[in-house]
Amino acid sequence: MKLSDFSEPALTRQLAGEGLVLHTGPFSVHVRTTMSSVVQGLSILYRDYDVSHMQGYADFHVQLVAGGGLRRWYKPQVRFLFDGFAPFKPLPLDQAFPMFEWGLNWCVANHMHNCLILHAAVVERGGYAVVLPAPPGSGKSTLCAALVTRGWRLLSDELTIVSLDDGTIVPLPRPVGLKNHSIAVMKAFAPHCTVGNETRDTNKGTVAHMRAPRQSVEQALTPARVGWVVFPTYQSGAPARLEKLGKAGAFMRVVQNAFNFNVVGVKGFDVLKGIIDDCACYEFSYGQLEQAMDVFDSLAASRVAEKPAQKTA
Amino acid sequence: MPLTCDPLLRVLRNPTDSAQLNLSQWDLLLRQARRANLLSALSERFLHADLVDSVPPKVRKYLDAANMLADANRRGARWEVRCVLKALEGTGIPVVLLKGAAYVLADVPTGRGRLFHDIDFMVPKARLEQVEQALRWQGWTSTHLNPYDQRYYRQWMHELPPMRHVKRGTVLDVHHTILPETAKLHPDPEKLLSAARDVPGFPMLKVFAPADMVLHSATHLFHDGELENGLRDLVDLDSLLRHFGDKPRFWDDLNHRAAELDLTRPLYYALRFTRELLNTPVPEAAWRQAQQGRPPVLLASLMNALFRRALLPDHDSCNTWLTAPARWLLYVRSHHLRMPLHLLVPHLVRKALRGKVDTEKP
Repeated sequence: MKLSDFSEPALTRQLAGEGLVLHTGPFSVHVRTTMSSVVQGLSILYRDYDVSHMQGYADFHVQLVAGGGLRRWYKPQVRFLFDGFAPFKPLPLDQAFPMFEWGLNWCVANHMHNCLILHAAVVERGGYAVVLPAPPGSGKSTLCAALVTRGWRLLSDELTIVSLDDGTIVPLPRPVGLKNHSIAVMKAFAPHCTVGNETRDTNKGTVAHMRAPRQSVEQALTPARVGWVVFPTYQSGAPARLEKLGKAGAFMRVVQNAFNFNVVGVKGFDVLKGIIDDCACYEFSYGQLEQAMDVFDSLAASRVAEKPAQKTA
Repeated sequence: MPLTCDPLLRVLRNPTDSAQLNLSQWDLLLRQARRANLLSALSERFLHADLVDSVPPKVRKYLDAANMLADANRRGARWEVRCVLKALEGTGIPVVLLKGAAYVLADVPTGRGRLFHDIDFMVPKARLEQVEQALRWQGWTSTHLNPYDQRYYRQWMHELPPMRHVKRGTVLDVHHTILPETAKLHPDPEKLLSAARDVPGFPMLKVFAPADMVLHSATHLFHDGELENGLRDLVDLDSLLRHFGDKPRFWDDLNHRAAELDLTRPLYYALRFTRELLNTPVPEAAWRQAQQGRPPVLLASLMNALFRRALLPDHDSCNTWLTAPARWLLYVRSHHLRMPLHLLVPHLVRKALRGKVDTEKP
C-alpha cells in the first residue's frame, strides 16, 4: 500500500489513531500525529512511499505532539517524541514538519552504528554513486536536488550510510532539504519538481523540502558502489571547476564529515580506505547549476567508458 | 500486571526465553531496552548465551549497532584512563577507578556492553588539590564556575566539580569518598582505598576489591542516585554478583564488609531487588546474613513498593499511575539522604530560583 492510497482526511484519521508505518529505505517508522502540517507534508512529499499498518515491528516509533500546559494557547509549540522520549527541545508549531524530518535524521544517526554514517548527500548513475560530503552552506543539498531532477538517482541528501559489510551505500531516499535562496533557485531550475510548504525563521532560516523522484523511492533497496567523492563549494558567479584531490587528504576530509567514525573503529577505517582507494576524489566549485550538471554528466560518462555494463546490485 | 516490564525483565533473567517471543514482543523488547540504556547489555547476554543467530534480523542489526557503540565506549575509556595516568604520573598518587571505567579496566563482564560518559575515580582527600592541579596542567578544567556551585561540591560533596577536557570534551569525576560528606552513612574512604586491588598492566591503577565494588554500586543506586538508569544499575549489580559469587569467600566478605563500612542497608536492598527482579543467585546463608541491613517492616514494604516501580525503565509499557509519584518520592529521599534538612532546604530554594536563568546542574 502506498501513502497516496489515503485521502488527506483518511490519512489524518489514521495518523491520529493507531498511526502508520512509513517505509523509507531500510527503515520502518511508526508515525503518529494530530498535527495538520505534518499530515499535509507527508501527503505531498511521501506519496510514493510504501506504508503499512502497525503490525508487530517498526524500527522507530515517533510522534509529533503539541507542547503541553500554557503552550497550548500561548505561542504553541511542537514536540518530537521518540517512543515517548523527547530528544530535542520543543519548536514553534509551524516547524512541525521540518522537525519530523530532523527527528528522523536523528533516529538514523543515533541507532545505525553498524554502518558508517557520513554527513553527505549521495546520488547515483549507472551503478556508481557520487558522495558529496560538505558542511552546511556549501550548496550540497542544492546540487543534490538539481542532480536528481536530471536523471541521477537520489540515495540521500543528508545521511550517507555506508555498509560495513561491503562498503556500498545503503539508500535512504527522503525529501531533499532546501534552505533560503536555494528554494527559489530549485523552483526556477526545475519547474516541474514538487516543493512542500516553506517554513520561515527556523534555526536554518527558511526551509522547504523537495519531493524525492519516484524512481529513487522505488529503487530504495538497491545499494550502489561509490564511484566518486566530490567536495562541493558554491561560489556566486564562479565558473564550474573540478580539481583532482590526493587520496590521503580526501580520506581525512571524509572522516571530518563522519558522524560516527569513532564508533565504527578499525572496521570503519578499513571500509573507508577501500572506498577511497577505488574511487576518484575531487574538489568542485560552482556558481551555476547548469554548468555543474555538465560536469557531473561527463563524470558519469567517464565511468561508463571505463567499465561498461556494471551491475547495480 | 504492569510491574513486570515484560519482556525485558524476562529476557534479562533468562535469555533463552527470547526463543518464545513473537515479532511484536521483540519490538517491545527493543524499545524497553533502548529506554533503559540496556541494549548493549542485552546484546552481550545474547552473545554469551550463543543466541545471537536466533534474533530476528531486523532486531539483530540494532543489537550489533549497540555492540559497536559499547566497544567504542570501552576503547574511549581505556584511552582516557591512560591520559589520566599520564597526567598524574609525577604525583605518585595511585588512581582508584570507580563504576563503569573500573568494570572496563578490571575486565569484569559487567564492563562489556556497559555505556557510560564520565570517568570516575577516587584519590585520598589529602591529595585532592595536587591531583586537581596536575589534571589542570593537562587540559581538564572545572565545569561549574559559579562560586556557589564550587562551594557546594568542595564543602559538602564526595567529589570535585566535574572536570572537562578542553579539547576532547571528556569528563572526569574526581572523588575522595563514595558518599557526600553531609550524607547519613559514612563509609570510611581509607578502608576502601587500602583494600583496592592492582590492575594488571597498569602500574598506578587500582580498582575496588570485589566486595567493595558491589557495595559501591549498591550505595550509588540505593542511597545516592537519581534512578534515571535504575534498571541498568541493577543489571550491573546482578552481573557483579554473578561474576564474583563463584569465588569461595565472596559472600562472607560482602556481608562482613558491609557492616564494617556502614553499608548494610544498601546491600540489603541490592540483594533483595536483584533476587526479585533479575533472579540473581544469592546463597541462602548470605541472604539471611544480609537481613542485618533490613529496615523496619513498614519502611521495608514502602521502599519495596517505591523501588519496584522506579527501578523499571521509564517507558509507557512499564509505567503505571503510581510510577511518577514513586520516582518523585525517591528523588526527595535521595536528597534527604545526601544532606540534612537545614542544608538541603536552602540549597533547593537556591537551585529553584536559579533554574530560570541557568539550567546547569547541580
